Amino acid sequence: MKVKKSTVMINILAWSIALLWTFPFLGVLMTSIRPYREVLFGWWDFTEFHPSLSNYVEAWNHPHVPLGMGIRNSFLVAIPSTLIPLFVAALAAYGFARFSLPIKNYIFTVIVLMMSVPQQMVAVPLFQILNRFGLVDNYIGLILVHSAWGLAWIILFMRNFFLTLPVEVEEAAKVDGASDFEIFYKIVLPMSFPALASVAVLQFMWVWNDFFLALIVIQGTENLLATQRIPLMRGEFFVDWSVLSAASILVMMVPVLVYALLQKYYIRGMIGWTLKG
Amino acid sequence: VREVARRQLSSLFSLQALIRKLFFAPALILIVFFVIFPILQTFYISFFSPSGEFVGLNNYVYVLGQKEIVNVEDVPRGLSQPYGLGALLHNMIWISIHLPLSLFSGLILALILRRVKGASIIKSVVFLGMVTPMIVGGIILRFTFDKNVGIVNGLLRLLGLEYLTRSWMAYPESTLFALIFGSVWLWTGFSMIVYSAGLTTIPEEYYEAAKIDGASPFQMFFRITLPLLKPMTITVVTMTLLWELKIFDIVYAGAGASGGPGGAANVLALQMWNWAFQAFRFNRAATVATILTALTLAVTIWMTRYMVKR
Repeated sequence: MKVKKSTVMINILAWSIALLWTFPFLGVLMTSIRPYREVLFGWWDFTEFHPSLSNYVEAWNHPHVPLGMGIRNSFLVAIPSTLIPLFVAALAAYGFARFSLPIKNYIFTVIVLMMSVPQQMVAVPLFQILNRFGLVDNYIGLILVHSAWGLAWIILFMRNFFLTLPVEVEEAAKVDGASDFEIFYKIVLPMSFPALASVAVLQFMWVWNDFFLALIVIQGTENLLATQRIPLMRGEFFVDWSVLSAASILVMMVPVLVYALLQKYYIRGMIGWTLKG
Repeated sequence: VREVARRQLSSLFSLQALIRKLFFAPALILIVFFVIFPILQTFYISFFSPSGEFVGLNNYVYVLGQKEIVNVEDVPRGLSQPYGLGALLHNMIWISIHLPLSLFSGLILALILRRVKGASIIKSVVFLGMVTPMIVGGIILRFTFDKNVGIVNGLLRLLGLEYLTRSWMAYPESTLFALIFGSVWLWTGFSMIVYSAGLTTIPEEYYEAAKIDGASPFQMFFRITLPLLKPMTITVVTMTLLWELKIFDIVYAGAGASGGPGGAANVLALQMWNWAFQAFRFNRAATVATILTALTLAVTIWMTRYMVKR
């Protein structure tokens, strides 16, 4: 079969764009595996090429802000900050989807509006509240804040999902004498696995990638999260791009891996979140 | 009648009704404590002086008159004057360049990739920018625009434009633009994915019917594709506007915590943080936060009204 000329052209065009698109990432990756003196005049300069992982080791054990510690801390925050809002929001979303409430529509508008509020709008009072309860520089404080901030969109997302589930199964269980809560966690939650997975993937990435809330709540050098350590690794006058790029790769590796492995759920969450929201 | 009322009342306080309220309790507590109350508090203190006096709109007048926020003293000098054009105008510049560029590149990519082998790989590559932590995104942009190690200057040298090469993030007149163009690279994946999903919902028969009627590809695009993609366009515009207004990490990591040389790439969110947590001027910071929130709410209300109309 003869392939059309325009099809060939479009394929070439698309792949050149893709190649161009990777350049910034490629540059950081190349720099991260080479000594800084080799890339002084560009990472595409291959007159000398001695790849090694020593920059990664150096970033991991950085003298002032070791990234290994930051990555551990980020996991300590991101995992509970994903699971807590997941269940709290699913519970509320189920209520919104199934129970009749007099002020339901009104609350719903509030939730949609809440999703657009920037974090700067809560920063100062949040700091003061956490300070009063001794939760500044404490992961519990940050986890609670992340959980609360995730709730709005997760409730909206999960409610839309619950509305697509058939009510008949739940009604049958009710006839058999199951309580609302039993129906929720024995019947509805297991059926909701795909939606819960989408939510978990998106929420985990947002918490992992967050910088602003961490910047406000976490201050002790030891406690800093991974994203907070990145700007601190950039010197004021001299930038050691090798170590900095290795650190960047390490921090972005986690969400990239999550995305690569769970892409189906991520995209579904993204589309559902934006188009139905 | 009294019997009915009594039954309603008792059911309201029945065990079942109580349990049903418990479904909402944890979410409600978290949201009230960490979202609603802080929002109201910020709004409230934006009308007070640091000593606690009610000052009406004085904070707003004051903040909008500060060079950090709006600086129109020497517009011809533009970004190279101290504070640049001010954070509010920088956000507006960001929107006016980033919104159309990322929207159209995403749409064009989505259209092209329908007919490309291995499109899903290309999509993943373009979408990588959306998955990257924005703080890393900022570092990558600084790297990419660096005088020696950056590819942008490498390409300029290749094109014989040696005199243009520089560390773009180090000069007030170029920092903001480098960040904006870089953020197009980071964000295009979003509009591409949304438009790609939208394109799959358009039935092939529409195009076949149009072809039989002798429609040109351009007519098909403007009469079929574009109108049917309108909900996606609304979504992309809304989400992109919100992202541009809230922009913080990229500037912090790419240009520095003070918003680049002389504050030439300062944005509202960053100025709020600087006033609140570096200068401890909470009322001023609250005022900036409220202005920022008013802008994001305007965008959201515009979108929901459109969605309801549909």
